[in-house]
Amino acid sequence: MNFYALFAQLLELVVALVLAPILNGWINMCRAWLQNRSAPPLLQTYYTLSKLFHKDVLLAHNASTLFRAAPYIIFSCMALAAAIVPTLSTDLIFAPAADAIALVGLFALARVFIALAGMDVGTSFGSLGSRREMFIGFLAEPALLMVFFTASLISRSTSLSTIVETLAHREFVIYPSLAFAGVAFTMVSLAENARIPIDNPTTHLELTMIHEAMILEYSGRHLALIEWAASLKLFAYSCLGIALFFPFGIPEAADPLSLALAGATLILKLAVGGFVLALIETLSAKMRIFRAPEFLGTAFLLAVLAMLVHLLLETGQ
Amino acid sequence: MRQLLLIDWVLITALGWLAIGLVGIVLPRNFALISRYLFPLGAALALVLALLALAAIGAAPQVRILPLGLPDLPFHLRLDALSAFFLLLLGATAAGISIYAAGYLRPGEGTAPGLHCLLYHGLLASMAMVMLADDGYAFMVAWETMALCAYFLVASEHRYAEIRRAAYLYLLISHVGAVGILLAFGVMAGSAGDYTFDAMREFSSNGYWPSVAFLLALFGFGTKAGILPLHVWLPEAHPVAPSPVSAMMSGIILKTAIYGMLRVAFDLLHVQLGWWGVLLLVIGLASALFGVIFAAVQTDMKRLLAYSSIENIGLVFVGIGLALVFKSFQLPNLAALALTAALYHCLNHAFFKSLLFLCTGSVLHATGERNLGKLGGLIHHMPWVAWLALIGALASAGLPPLNGFVSEWLLLQGFLFTAGLPHGYLNMLLPTVAGAVALIAALAGFAMVKFFGVVFLGQPREEKLAQAHDAGRLERLGLLWLAAGCVLLGLLPNVVIALLDPVTRQLLGGGLSYTAASHGWWLLAPISEDRASYSPAIFLVSIALFIPLVYWAVRRYYHGRLTRVAAWDCGFPLQTSRMQDTAEGFGQPIRRIFSPFFKRTREHPSPFDTQPRYRSIVEDPLWYWLYLPVARLVEHGTRLIAFLQQGRIAIYLLYSFVTLLTLLVLTRG
Repeated sequence: MNFYALFAQLLELVVALVLAPILNGWINMCRAWLQNRSAPPLLQTYYTLSKLFHKDVLLAHNASTLFRAAPYIIFSCMALAAAIVPTLSTDLIFAPAADAIALVGLFALARVFIALAGMDVGTSFGSLGSRREMFIGFLAEPALLMVFFTASLISRSTSLSTIVETLAHREFVIYPSLAFAGVAFTMVSLAENARIPIDNPTTHLELTMIHEAMILEYSGRHLALIEWAASLKLFAYSCLGIALFFPFGIPEAADPLSLALAGATLILKLAVGGFVLALIETLSAKMRIFRAPEFLGTAFLLAVLAMLVHLLLETGQ
Repeated sequence: MRQLLLIDWVLITALGWLAIGLVGIVLPRNFALISRYLFPLGAALALVLALLALAAIGAAPQVRILPLGLPDLPFHLRLDALSAFFLLLLGATAAGISIYAAGYLRPGEGTAPGLHCLLYHGLLASMAMVMLADDGYAFMVAWETMALCAYFLVASEHRYAEIRRAAYLYLLISHVGAVGILLAFGVMAGSAGDYTFDAMREFSSNGYWPSVAFLLALFGFGTKAGILPLHVWLPEAHPVAPSPVSAMMSGIILKTAIYGMLRVAFDLLHVQLGWWGVLLLVIGLASALFGVIFAAVQTDMKRLLAYSSIENIGLVFVGIGLALVFKSFQLPNLAALALTAALYHCLNHAFFKSLLFLCTGSVLHATGERNLGKLGGLIHHMPWVAWLALIGALASAGLPPLNGFVSEWLLLQGFLFTAGLPHGYLNMLLPTVAGAVALIAALAGFAMVKFFGVVFLGQPREEKLAQAHDAGRLERLGLLWLAAGCVLLGLLPNVVIALLDPVTRQLLGGGLSYTAASHGWWLLAPISEDRASYSPAIFLVSIALFIPLVYWAVRRYYHGRLTRVAAWDCGFPLQTSRMQDTAEGFGQPIRRIFSPFFKRTREHPSPFDTQPRYRSIVEDPLWYWLYLPVARLVEHGTRLIAFLQQGRIAIYLLYSFVTLLTLLVLTRG
């Protein structure tokens, strides 16, 4: 454990906490432009968060301690997730603490807590949202894990740092399997982050809500933490996508120069990724909830196909 | 006098349990004695057993011959690493269950307390004997004693017809399974007629006999373990037993079947064939998927947990199957990885499932309800039970940093290596099976959210739930012990793997301990750090640090103002507790997606009904496709045979005469 690794780890965490709401704002901006609306400012998410932090919490009478603790737990899980994904360097302190499978577990932990919180007050919409969230979750998780499996079969490791090092720094080989896995990963990310076509982050119609329905009872600082955690989750997924499919430019070392360079590359990649996400959201329509199994089933099959393609074509030599 | 060995002390502990049971039956009406002294004493003995087993895991095997039983057929006993591990599981889990049972027993409920005490401790002692037995005869005696004790415990509330029915079903299937085990021993003993396990180890016929023995053992132990399609008794019998007994059945008795399977497959049989592994994998996966899907649609909280046990046992079988596959390709270290995952999951399941069953026991005592549709909001009235149940539910859902996650992580790591198998199809099919395992784990999360959310969260669905009381002091102690086990087993994987190491070395000749421990106690890296690593300690510490930090930061820079108001629910004012999602509602997506798995009958009211009724019954289709036809066949067969029974003495004399004649004709030549 050296000083640079510690520094890179802390920097990565701070960058994630700062950049996540901005990424959210950027996606909203792009979406507004694509839809011919006038865009909100880039820092709009920050303004919303600040407003929410200043407001009083209105808590339902029968909300339990679990309901009040859940936002802190979810936020911490997402912050840890964002710290685990290598974005600026692969030389991180947390790198050996959790591999890709543990990351999936961490996301699942946060999901279970938010679903439980949704059921806690005992309203009709809350439990409806929880049920749907868990439903999307169990469809998406296997597909996500298969994507990770494909990447780990290529790099012979489930450690995210090793995966990134293998994919980014060894001789350049085109992996057809990664193309399939990339499509699968995109589909899973859309579902997991409550984006169109599975869920609509800006919806105001309760009956179609998934993520928003669960958090209807939250207000004030609790809501702010959950919103922040949601943007951290999107950030973590974006960084995962970058780490698995466009890892070029993530340095192995953690000296200041390469960190700065990596930071610039990261922002550029995130900007492009955010624009693509906005484009996908603009071009597609929300599905009925029971079309979700088909959507995520396709993602799972693509991920399995990616693995088979890898085993058939890429290990033969 | 000879020095007492560990095995003697284990025997003394088992005898101690028997003695406790006998004291209980001698003083059957002395409730205070039984609940205040005998059960806690039993728990203390369980703890002693766990410590003895801990000492025995690393020690050399010890043998003893007890001059019990039939003449010339003494009981052979043996304590080796495999039995020690399962004795550890038995002791550690039973300690929590017994101390809980001490607080849980109520006078006037079910069986008389003295009899209950005898059966309960007889069950514990017989399970210990199952794990010590070193010959087929002692094994079967202990095995049948265990089954009978469990049967009488299940039938505690024998005044209800459906409980009698469930207990009978358990007894029936258990005995059919015992026949399978007996035949397996018979095959392995060969023609020599020596039923000691030592003689079976020597049995080295290379033809199809090992496979026959393996399949018979799979059938026999499979009935006890509740794997598909031999599972039907499990969701009937586990829920109707008193909760400590349910906990023991799910937590420990199912593991005796795993023990038997491992003993036969890896220790007694001298060859391990690849297709056995594939068979176990397929059966395990089918059971796990079936179990978790049915768990997600249950409306009775104990049935939900029983189905979840089928799922977990399925996962253990997947691990064993994977180990067999690796073993058959001569990859002992990878086999050790898979077997470690399976054994670890046994231990985890014993802890979290007992914890959850005991929590349902407290809920049952506090509310008198098992039906999920009539519970809700109990976290306010039973905070201890609720929070400890949350630990159990998270562990059962396989979430980090608790114990369920570690074994699933190890299992998935095992699957990653299947791509390197030197076999054309297996190396492609097996990695994709990992996707199914991931689906099962995610579905387990769904089922556990349903279980915890519907029972403990939300608004109470019945008025009387407001009077629910929390668990008593002894009950809490038992729950705390099991919950602490879930946390510690999750946090210290390397310690557990070091414990499992002698077992995998004994069965496979390979172990993980060396590589796993080479990175320090906090980092689990089964093969190498580059390949994969997981550190639950860092995980928990960082989350535990983040949470207060965030809390402090929010409070420091903003404020802590909070107002209690009515729930918002989009401004809808007329909310009742009936508007929450029910257990049926929560299971609806599963019923819809996995509809081919279910046999479903629905009754819809017509629009003009004055008293509309809506009913939806979800049943196990195997009951109709497999069990009822078999039962009908057996009934038909018996009716044909009953034709012989004419009830007239002349006919019976004729039978004897014909038999004599036939025998004379046969022996003449």
